[in-house]
Amino acid sequence: MDWGSLQTILGGVNKHSTSIGKIWLTVLFIFRIMILVVAAERVWGDEQQDFVCNTLQPGCKNVCYDHFFPISHIRLWALQLIFVSTPALLVAMHVAYTRHEKKRRFRNGEKINIEELKNEKVHIRGPLWWTYTSSIFFRIIFEAVFMYVFYYMYDGYQMPRLMKCNAWPCPNTVDCFVSRPTEKTMFTIFMLAVSGICIVLNLAELCYLVIKICTKESRKT
Amino acid sequence: MDWGALHTILGGVNKHSTSIGKIWLTVLFIFRIMILVVAAERVWGDEQDDFVCNTLQPGCKNVCYDHFFPISHIRLWALQLIFVSTPALLVAMHVAYRRHEKKRQFRKGGQKCEYKDIEEIRTQRFHIEGSLWWTYTSSIFFRLVFEAVFMYAFYFMYDGFQMPRLMKCSAWPCPNTVDCFVSRPTEKTVFTIFMIAVSSICILLNVAELCYLLTKFFLRRSKKAGNAKHHPNHENKEETKQNEMNELISDSCQNTVIGFSS
Repeated sequence: MDWGSLQTILGGVNKHSTSIGKIWLTVLFIFRIMILVVAAERVWGDEQQDFVCNTLQPGCKNVCYDHFFPISHIRLWALQLIFVSTPALLVAMHVAYTRHEKKRRFRNGEKINIEELKNEKVHIRGPLWWTYTSSIFFRIIFEAVFMYVFYYMYDGYQMPRLMKCNAWPCPNTVDCFVSRPTEKTMFTIFMLAVSGICIVLNLAELCYLVIKICTKESRKT
Repeated sequence: MDWGALHTILGGVNKHSTSIGKIWLTVLFIFRIMILVVAAERVWGDEQDDFVCNTLQPGCKNVCYDHFFPISHIRLWALQLIFVSTPALLVAMHVAYRRHEKKRQFRKGGQKCEYKDIEEIRTQRFHIEGSLWWTYTSSIFFRLVFEAVFMYAFYFMYDGFQMPRLMKCSAWPCPNTVDCFVSRPTEKTVFTIFMIAVSSICILLNVAELCYLLTKFFLRRSKKAGNAKHHPNHENKEETKQNEMNELISDSCQNTVIGFSS
């Protein structure tokens, strides 16, 4: 189970999304997951190995690294991407349930073409509209929460070159130097920008769905 | 999600490209992405490990490495390849939208439609005309812009395309000035020049494709204008109207043979 399997799972949801939803999915896979896999993981690959402290005291480097990096950026991004992708599964489950009901009705004797049922694109109406809208809402919440957690944990989005550490067993205050801080800052800002774009796309999709239902209601009345 | 997945996504776009576009895609995958993955990543693999500074001062090597390599060549190339590939997705989205519209028309029972079934719509190859022409041309334009921007960023960040052997560093906490030695500078220079050369070839292919599309567009326009000029009288106005209608019908429900396979 890796990013490829996630892509397979979410690819199925893509069929029932709006156009904005499809764009969001493309941005997620190409500008976030792919960048994470092919570039960011290499940048953070040697983060502990090349984290150097100006001391000979054994254990000091470990303790300082752990103090400044409670959870690595890469792991936070991986968690963020998984959490942000999963609300789409609510929609997939709802669509599967709707299809299952239709198949049951077919078996009970109603005249429905079963092959067409499998390939039919389900329109976003009724209870599916509520499921879809809640999934977008949860996506936005998860994105915002993770962006805040990043900001809170690392005091902003810039990776400092030097960190002064005085955790035990380090003697007095020790200078510790981070590996590749500029490259890490660039990637952090890039991932933040793409997160921002994804939030904007989700908000646009939410507005589109709300407007669609309001116009439909007004047409009925 | 890795380079293989990108290859699958872009392979789909290949069907609707011009011949030059197909050549460009091949050059991109074989001479850039493949070289990056099988060769360049190994060359740059030990870039920080084997970056050696003539000092015992802890932290000096880290700081000097960070000062001279704000972003590694490999990451810049990966970003360049991703940005350069993505405009093709605009074309894919436009084609998907057109297919969706035709499927909708087909389901509503379009009278003059020549499709036998919905499968034909799925495998139909669209000609680069009308709004698709604009989407395709803008995607080529964006590709050119991204290529140029990244090549300039490379040149600006690294003061040229050559990797020096020795770098003199005086950032804190290094004492005074310290000599730092880069790992595999000649091999890195060779690969940098190779990747720049292939980038330039891709730029040339894109420019050629742009010219080809523009020429095609103007020729088509002049043919239409020429036809209108040579048949100015009243009866032939009806004929032209009928021709236009036929064109519209054939444009929306064209039963074209699928072109060169990818």
